[in-house]
Parts: sequence; structure tokens; C-alpha cells
Amino acid sequence: MAAPIAEELAKKQKEISVAEFFERNKQILGFDSLTRAMLTSVKEGVDNSLDACEEANILPEILVSIQKAEKARDEYTIVIEDNGPGIVKDQIPPIFGKLLYGSRFHAIRQSRGQQGIGISAVVMYAQLTTGRPTRITSKIGEDRPAYQADLTMDTKKNKPEILREDTLHWDKKSGTKIELVIQGRYVKEKKQSVFEYLRSTAVVNPHAKITLIEPDNTKTVFERVTDRMPKTTIEIKPHPEGTELGTLLKMGKATESYKLLSFLVNEFSRVTAEKAREICARAVVDEDMRPQDMNREQASRLLNAFKLVKIMAPSTDCLSPIGETLVKKGLKKEMKAEFIATSTRPPSVYSGNPFQVEAGIVYGGELPKEENIQIMRFANRVPLLYQQGDCVITHAIENIDWRRYGLEQRGGTGIPVGPAIVSVHVASTKIPFTSESKEAIADMPEIQTEIQLAIRECARKMLSHVRKKQKLIKMKEKEEIIRKVLPLIAEKSASVLNKPVPPIEQVIAKIMNSIIIEDSIEYDEKNKIHKIKIEITNYTPHAKKFTFKAVVPSDAKVQNINPKPEGTDHVITWDMKKIPSTEKRTLEFGLLGLDKDDYDENEFYVDGIDPELVSGAEAWNQEAFEEKRRAMEESEQPKEDEKEDGEKEEENDQRKKNREGE
Amino acid sequence: MTKEKKTVKENETIKKLEGIASDVYEMLVKTQIPFMSLPVRTKGNIVFSEKHGVWKYGDITGARTAKTLDGAYMLLRTMYTIDFIRNQINTAKSSTLREMYYISEGWDLAKFHAQQESDRLVEDMEIITKMMREDFKLRPEENGASIIGNITIEEVVRTGATRKINCRDDIGDAGYTIPYNVEKEKIIFKDWDADFIIAIETGGMFDRLVENRFDEKSRAVLVHLKGQPARCTRRLIKRINEECKLPVVVFTDGDPWSFRIFASVAYGAIKTAHISEYLATPSASFIGVLPSDIENYKLPTDKLTEQDINALKAELTDPRFKGTVYGNTSWEDEIKLQLELNKKSEQQALAKYGLDYVTDTYLPEKLSQMGVM
Repeated sequence: MAAPIAEELAKKQKEISVAEFFERNKQILGFDSLTRAMLTSVKEGVDNSLDACEEANILPEILVSIQKAEKARDEYTIVIEDNGPGIVKDQIPPIFGKLLYGSRFHAIRQSRGQQGIGISAVVMYAQLTTGRPTRITSKIGEDRPAYQADLTMDTKKNKPEILREDTLHWDKKSGTKIELVIQGRYVKEKKQSVFEYLRSTAVVNPHAKITLIEPDNTKTVFERVTDRMPKTTIEIKPHPEGTELGTLLKMGKATESYKLLSFLVNEFSRVTAEKAREICARAVVDEDMRPQDMNREQASRLLNAFKLVKIMAPSTDCLSPIGETLVKKGLKKEMKAEFIATSTRPPSVYSGNPFQVEAGIVYGGELPKEENIQIMRFANRVPLLYQQGDCVITHAIENIDWRRYGLEQRGGTGIPVGPAIVSVHVASTKIPFTSESKEAIADMPEIQTEIQLAIRECARKMLSHVRKKQKLIKMKEKEEIIRKVLPLIAEKSASVLNKPVPPIEQVIAKIMNSIIIEDSIEYDEKNKIHKIKIEITNYTPHAKKFTFKAVVPSDAKVQNINPKPEGTDHVITWDMKKIPSTEKRTLEFGLLGLDKDDYDENEFYVDGIDPELVSGAEAWNQEAFEEKRRAMEESEQPKEDEKEDGEKEEENDQRKKNREGE
Repeated sequence: MTKEKKTVKENETIKKLEGIASDVYEMLVKTQIPFMSLPVRTKGNIVFSEKHGVWKYGDITGARTAKTLDGAYMLLRTMYTIDFIRNQINTAKSSTLREMYYISEGWDLAKFHAQQESDRLVEDMEIITKMMREDFKLRPEENGASIIGNITIEEVVRTGATRKINCRDDIGDAGYTIPYNVEKEKIIFKDWDADFIIAIETGGMFDRLVENRFDEKSRAVLVHLKGQPARCTRRLIKRINEECKLPVVVFTDGDPWSFRIFASVAYGAIKTAHISEYLATPSASFIGVLPSDIENYKLPTDKLTEQDINALKAELTDPRFKGTVYGNTSWEDEIKLQLELNKKSEQQALAKYGLDYVTDTYLPEKLSQMGVM
């Protein structure tokens, strides 16, 4: 009699070691090609460094050096060094030598760490491909020696092994340095290269300074553009919406609460006692039962009840967007373009997870006109370089009719053609990736909607810029006509006929037929003052009167307005009383307290006149302005706590001390 | 040096040119934006003139206004050009179109950036003044092509003397070179003994007919068109046709560009539609190579290029190609046939059947079909 099939199968089954698991899942772990292995290794290291620096409130300074290790083979030594808080000695072996270790896997907060498999995978990859151990050097305080360890991983037991350890002097306040040798390939000038990854990283981490030394010894420094640290992210409890069955059961087992009611209130966000009671009633589960005893059936009923009971959306202050100004600065620093528009959406929620979208469009300059636009994707400040076609960001872009915004797009869908880069950052406590390789964000309708709203706002600004530019070119041409060509026509026709030169002022007004607004912005570095000068010339055949408005940023102090305006509340309003044909008026004001880049384009509006007649200002729309102002005030709320920088500094110092005490 | 006595025509030319300047000046005085109106010079504005039997510009006009940068510059250049031409007439000088282009270098902002611009402006001024560029004392850079045949002309040469030339017996095998001015004050026809004129597109075929003594054997006047024919070549053909009563046939390659060469000889060119009645010979007929010849004579071919195809398609909407080639063979059918065949043939492809085939077989066959021979 043959053995039962199950027994046969059992014979074939054996314990899969971590190494084998790794080998089989190279692709989802990001090591499926030599080029990608290189990128993943650098990415894991740099993401860790950035996270560590942020947690310790240190402005990151990261050095990435890649050198060829073996001439004949594809072996490279990668060194990643940061000025972060360092890692205490006991934590080094598990962090670097044990797969899937790390507290971040459990915390619900916006962090880069959720992006990858972790640095230990890189350690293992190095070990599997070159047989070399990884060297970690770490220093956690100024007055302490540095600790150094060479470690490998026992791939059968998923346990770290220290081969050598030492203490040494390291001339650095604190920091961590990883040195490892991997099999990989270094590529240049490709979208999926270490260089591009770091450049993109610099765009979304404007507070970081990153130095790259490439195998050919080219040194590139991605400079820091702001000393402002990103807002510290706060850990939040899971929201009932979006909780999965397994998670709920696990949470029930782990909780210290004795009763289901208190479990729901204590372990979830936005669940009040009243709501918890309602949930239990709806689920027909005893609110006094021990959560540890909760069975599958009950958990499932609870999950259903979560959906039926109206629970407040999760708090969104756990997110740390980059901010419109900084997105702009980051893009400006790394991209040469004539125009940049940015937009930050208010936080929103998908399946109980808070998220927030920021977008930017870089336009013109040296960007190719005949090619598809470039897409830069970011999730929690980490660039996504692979699987562009599967990502909600790409889909959002494809589903916008870009023809309305002046780009070419066949049939009104798909990736448009034009000199533009669209950059989108999605920040969330939980980014819904399509797969474990975490290179593409899944198509959540809520996220796609927010992305499109953000991009559309940027696209509108881009369109208005392009229109303004076209109008300006036309104006420049007309200026050439009236200043140079027309006077010569008058002169030459007169001389051919032997007659006096006729006056041409009235003809000039007819040709221009517009009110020309010319502006200039000068910046006084010393006193932090933007000086704005506006010249308005009535090149129409008739006298004109209208209202002129300049919108000014709310965080600047307006001063030296000349002549005296009618109003100055967020908007400086002047009554332009009857400017006769061909005459000019000059307006001036100053803005105190902004950085140079914070204000580089004036925003002018006119009211009470056909806007088509005006070149250099848009038609005023009171309603749209008030709506925009409300939105701005809402999104500016987080800025409030930035003002109390001193206080935060203290708080962080305190935290650093705690860390050292660990 | 001012010319003592100007001819009536010279005075008329100056008056008309000053009229253009005066229009612009008066508009400025009346605080109007100055402009010049001109017929639109595209195939969309070509109409058949029953009176002359040729195609001329229609009624669609465009304005050249100082409102636009290009328009303003053209107005300014027009003022300078008027001054320049008036000066030429007053000082009894003439210049080539190319010389005028270089002279404009000294006109500061009004200078031309390409000779095409200045050539076109001169054509525009011909249209406005209804004068010819010869009246402006401007001549083209190149002279016309050659002519061989038993026709005797009398030419006023540069010394002022007149010289009688028989275009077959008094010249070499390269033929008599057509001067840029072929008007009556320069050339008159004294005597001729021929049955027809054959205008030939390429130099190779012209030489073949010369070598085969087609002029003698078939009593023909051979005219080399040299590609798209110069004004003087077209003008001379027209004068011989009218004054010597010789029928004209045109012999070209079998491709869309050659059809346009024929159209400019017979119907009038779009670029010079304002003077079609001086240049075009409405009775001229097309002898080949026709797309149907490619099949009928089994000629060696090349594939049509993308430009060829676009040119053929453009001809389908060109009003000049609405009629018949001869008999009941319509241009439309021939053009469509060529698009269908996707092939073209050169006139020299006839050499496939030997060097004498064209003169002994092809042309006689075609000429008798057309009733010329």
C-alpha cells in the first residue's frame, strides 16, 4: 500500500533558510539585477541615515562613497556615513544582522523605513555575493569612543554573528558608518542610478546635505537649502477603518486591557467609550469580555461594526509634508528650469490611514520639448525609481487632460509630451504599495483624487505662466514696433515724399491697445527686504481708470507703500484714477522678513477694466481669492509650532539625553 | 548723376512707387495704423481669367499691417526699396535682385535677412504698381536657358547695335542663350521655318534631341527649360507662340514637380500669377512623361518619396489641374494613377529602348496623337 500523499509531500518539505528565502525573492527585495542591487544597498543605508537624523533632530550630513573593490569582477565597496545619533552597541547586531528586525514595523507613523526590507538584507546580500562581512562604526556621544564591529549573519538561524569588535577614536560628534562589499554594477546617467536617486532624495529632503563620491572619483555635493528640520512625526494608534482581521486578533492578544471596551478605546485612535459601546452592540459582542479571548468570529463581527459606526477620521498631524516653499526650493536647486509651481494638499484619509499629497511642476528651461514629460515619484520622502507604470501617481497623471494645460497629449490621456517634470510626494503613515518591492503605490481612489487635485493646481499655474510668457513675447514685439520700426516708417515715408515727419503717438496707442504693467523685484539681503516697483503705462487710445491689486504673502510685513493705497489686508489695493492715453504711473512697496527665494514672482490683479486690455496682471476674482486664502490659512497651521523653534530644540536635547541613557 | 530725360514709363513707375509711400504717410497723418493690402499668393487664391486664358490671383486680399512685427518690418523695407528703385531710375542704373539684397545691408533695421525676402517684396511691388521688375531696373541673377531651331532673331546688343542671329546656323551645339530681357525693344523675330516648339525640362534630354538632330528632322524649335523655367524663358516661348504662330509642347520627367513646370508654362505660376498673361502660353500642351506612359511604355521607375506623394496630393486640390491634359485624359486621373502606381519615371528612362527611341518613336507617336505632327 502506498504511503498517503500528504506524507510524500511532507518528505519534500524542509525548512527554508533565510538565505534561500532571500535567493528566491530577490526581485521583491530589490536585488534582482546587479544595477538594482547597487541602488537598493545605497537606498537602504541612506534612508536609515535620514530617519535616524530626523529622530534625533540633527541636520543630516551624509556621505556615500562607491569604489570598485575587485578590478575584474563587479564588486564594489560601498561606504555610507552619517552624522546621526549613532546606535548603541547592543542594538548593532540585531539591526544589521537579523532580517525583519526593527521597531518601525510596528509603529504607525510616517517614516522612510517602511519603504524597504531593511539594511540587514543588504548585509546578507553582501555576504552571499562576496562573502565579506559588513563593518559598522558607530559613535553615540561626543565624549565616548566609537564602537566598531565586523559582522555576518547566520543565514540558517537568522541571527547576527560578530567576527571582530573594537573601540576606537573617531573624530566626529556622533554618527554611523557602514562599509560593505557587494556584487553590483554602477551605472551613470540613467534614471535608475545612484546619482539620480540621491539627486531626487535631495529634492524631497531639502534639509539634508548629501555627498556622493562615484567610482571614477567624481564628487557631487547635493547642498542643503534649508536649516529647518521636517516636522517631527508623531506615532498614532491604528484607526478602526482599515484594520485587518489578523491584526485585530493579534492586538487583542497583546493588549494589557482587561475588557474589550477599554481595549477598543485604548488601542485605537478616535474610538471614544461611547463609540466603543456602539461597536460592541452592533457586533453583538460582550463589551466586558477579555479581549485576549476574542475569537475569529467575534473579531470579524467587530470589523463589520467598525464600518457601520461613524468614527471620526484619524488625526492627520502625524504627517510631515515637505511644504510648498521647500518643495520649490528643492526642485529649483536640482533642476534648471524657467518656472516651478508647487502645491500641498490638506491631509486626507484612505481606509483609516492618513495621507497627504504634494506636487510640483518644473517647466521649460533646458527640458526637452519633444519628449514625454518626466515623472518624479516619492513616498515618505523616498524616491520611487522602478515600476513607474504601475503607480497611482503615473495613473493620476495619465488621467489628466493635459491639452487643457498646454501640453501635447494624444487623445487627452496618457503621459503628455512637453518640457516639464511632474513631481509628486505622497506622505502617509501607511503607504499602500502594490507589492513588497515597494516601488509603486497602489490605485487607491482617494489618493488618486488628491494627486490629481495637487497636480491640477500646479498645471494651472504653469498654464498661466506660459500664457503670461506668450503675452510678454507679443508685447515685446509690439514694443519693438512702436519704439524702433514705426518711427522709422514715419521718417522714411516722409523723406521719400519730401514732407515733414508726422507725429505717431496716437498710432502707437492704437497698435498697443493695452495697459502695460512692468515690474521688478529687488532684494536687500542685509535687511531682508524685497523692493517691488511697478510701472503702469496706458498704451490705449483712451484714458483709463481701474483698480490695481498686488497680493502679498501673509508672513511678510508690507512697508513703504507708495502712493498711499486704498487697502493693505493681504492685498494692496490702489485706485488708478484716470490715466490719460500714453501716460505712465509708478507704484512701489516693500516686503520685510522673507528669504530671497520666498518671493520671486509678483501676483497682480486688475478690477473694473477689461482684463484683455491689460498685460501683466490677471482679472481679479474676489470669491476665488477668499477661498484660496481660507485654504492657505488651514494649511499654514503646522507652521505655528515652527515658530517656537527654541522650545523644540530643548525638547530634542532632552530626547537625545534619554537616548544616550538607554 | 541724374538722368536728363526719363521715359514715360519711367515717370509712371516713379509716380506709382511714390503712391505707395504716400498711402502709408497719409495713414500716419490720419492716426491710422498703416497697412498695405495685397492679394493672397497661394493656390487657394488662383482664378482662371477667361480674358487671357491663364490663371491669375483672385480677390482674396491680406493686409500687411504695422500691427504685427513682420508687417511693420515689411512696410519699412518697402519704404527703403521705393527710395532705392526711384534712385536707380533717376541715375539710369540697374542691379540684380541679389545686388539689391546686398545693398539692403546698409539699410540698418530695414535690411533683408534672406534674398527670398527681397525677391518676394519686389514681386509684391509689381503686384501693387502693376509694373514689372524690369521697370524697377531689377533683373534676375541667372539668364534663361538655351534655344536651338531654325528661327532668326534680331537682338539689340550692349553696344546698341542690332545683330541678326539664326538660332540653328549661327550658334554652337549649346544653343542660343536666352537673355533676361526678351521684350520687343531687345529681341524681335525676323524669320522662321519650323512647325512647333518643344520645351524640355532636363539638359540631358535637350542634348539628346540636339545630337539626334530632332530640330532639323522634325522641324522643331528646341527650348531648354532648365528645371523650373525663368521668367524670360517663359516669356520668350509665349512670344514665339503668339508672334510666329508655332504650337508649344512641353516634355518633362514624369513626377509631380514636372507637372508644376508644365503648369507654370501653360497655366501660369502661383508665384507670378500677377503677370501670368505675360508669361503663360495657354495653348501649350503636355507631351509627357505621363503616369500612364509609365505603364504604356513599361518605363524603368523609382518609388515615390513622401514629398512626391504630398506634392501629388496638393496638386489634386490645385485648381490649375482640374482640366484635361489632352483629349479626354484628365490631370486628376493621371495624378491618381501615379499615386496608385506609387512610381515615377524620368524622361531619360526612355533610353531603355535605345538612344534614338525618343526621337524616332516616342515623340512622333505622341505628337501625332496630339495632332501637332
